Amino acid sequence: MLKGHQSWLFEKRPSIRGAATVVGPFEGQGPLANDFDIIHGDIRLGQDSWEEAERTLLEEATKLAVENAGLTKEQVNFFIGGDLMNQIISSSFAARTLSIPYLGVFGACSTSMESLAIAANLVNSGSAKHVLSSACSHNSTAEKQFRYPTEYGSQKPPTAQFTVTGAGACVVSAHGKGPCVTSATIGRVIDMGISDPFNMGAAMAPAAVDTIEAHFRDLRIGPDHYDLIVTGDLSKVGYEIANDLFHKHKIPMQKTVYKDCGMMIYDYEKQTVQAGASGCGCSAVVTYGHLLKKLRNNELKRILVVATGALLSPISFQQGESIPCIAHAVSIENGVE
Amino acid sequence: MSSSKKKKLTPVQQEYQELAKKREPARPIWQNCIRAFLSGGVICLIGQCVSEMFVHWAGFDEIEASNPTVAVMILISVILTCLGVYDKIAQWAGAGSAVPVTGFANTMASAALEHRCEGLVLGVGGKMFKLSGPVIVFGTVAAFFIGILHWIFNPGEAGGH
Repeated sequence: MLKGHQSWLFEKRPSIRGAATVVGPFEGQGPLANDFDIIHGDIRLGQDSWEEAERTLLEEATKLAVENAGLTKEQVNFFIGGDLMNQIISSSFAARTLSIPYLGVFGACSTSMESLAIAANLVNSGSAKHVLSSACSHNSTAEKQFRYPTEYGSQKPPTAQFTVTGAGACVVSAHGKGPCVTSATIGRVIDMGISDPFNMGAAMAPAAVDTIEAHFRDLRIGPDHYDLIVTGDLSKVGYEIANDLFHKHKIPMQKTVYKDCGMMIYDYEKQTVQAGASGCGCSAVVTYGHLLKKLRNNELKRILVVATGALLSPISFQQGESIPCIAHAVSIENGVE
Repeated sequence: MSSSKKKKLTPVQQEYQELAKKREPARPIWQNCIRAFLSGGVICLIGQCVSEMFVHWAGFDEIEASNPTVAVMILISVILTCLGVYDKIAQWAGAGSAVPVTGFANTMASAALEHRCEGLVLGVGGKMFKLSGPVIVFGTVAAFFIGILHWIFNPGEAGGH
């Protein structure tokens, strides 16, 4: 049901019946290692190319999510997914393997919550019983497509971010135990004229703040409604800017806990990741691995996940275009009413 | 950012960029310079040692020794690239490992490795010069203009014939 200007309220409370996360070796060395279902030791996953490796990550995550939901893939009505590759090949090719009716979405790194919001809406409106929602990214495919060959020796500035190798998937169902998706806010595209692809946190922060503000306005709630609000992949630089903007817009974020997925997945002391993590997989594996676990354990009751995406292409930044950004927010509550 | 681009920004965008700029950690320029000086120096020292080896042990004179020395440096760089070490060194060394011939070898080897899965012709052959191509193109262009200057100012020595 439409609520306010750009938000959906899911009054039937579709639940996240099962979820799964699959990550690469570097993420497995980070502080959230225990929350992931599968940690691969080989960044290529034994495949011939980086692209195949990314697809395999997603295939494993989706299959495991369906299994964890206690379903078979024939029972899942729709599969919604997206990634960072040109023509979202990882998701489409995984959909070929799954052969579940498929909707491909692209919202750059905001894809994780974009697909979850659409999945929840389909289930809430009665258009589907079970929907599989996913997002994935791979450090090497992203480096190869957006930056330089992976083995090329270039010095990254301190604002750069490290793309997460990981896939997260969940099954949203009309009935079933598990945390519920209660509302979503679809963001608008915000462009503040930042054109440095090594400073995406600064480019994306205004989009995150805009969506969070819209969410509070549409649902007539404040930050204190949530135990935790996380942004997708702003990392150190974007996180600080977002805090500045909240202060400037007089949003009392001090009433809740505000974190960023991009700052949670790696250990800054031991791992060279500059400002932090990024990529579709970042918010997906943190949400579906770490945060869902905390919701199930009752450590958290109500969270808002705001996945942020930079909608640039390798061509657009070479042509000197600025980076348009977007953020989608989804609120998740644990089953207890 | 150029001033022509800045003019197109709205006042809100400009205000935001000023705010964002304050939160942006600066590149550590002095640290990068010192590291580049040290690492570039070490690479050149290794090169000099290799050159001396050719002179003292293999009977080359100093000019003849330069070609096999470059070949050895390129080989070392390609091996380090293939082992996945060169990019790690480069994050520390910066320009120190990018400017010497080892950096050039790294651009070609890394691109060839990366695109190997797209086939030998269009992958390795076509994409190998993705990063090193500009160096060759503008190096040749620069050499052409320097050649002209050389021809104008030192007419007696230029041309070779």
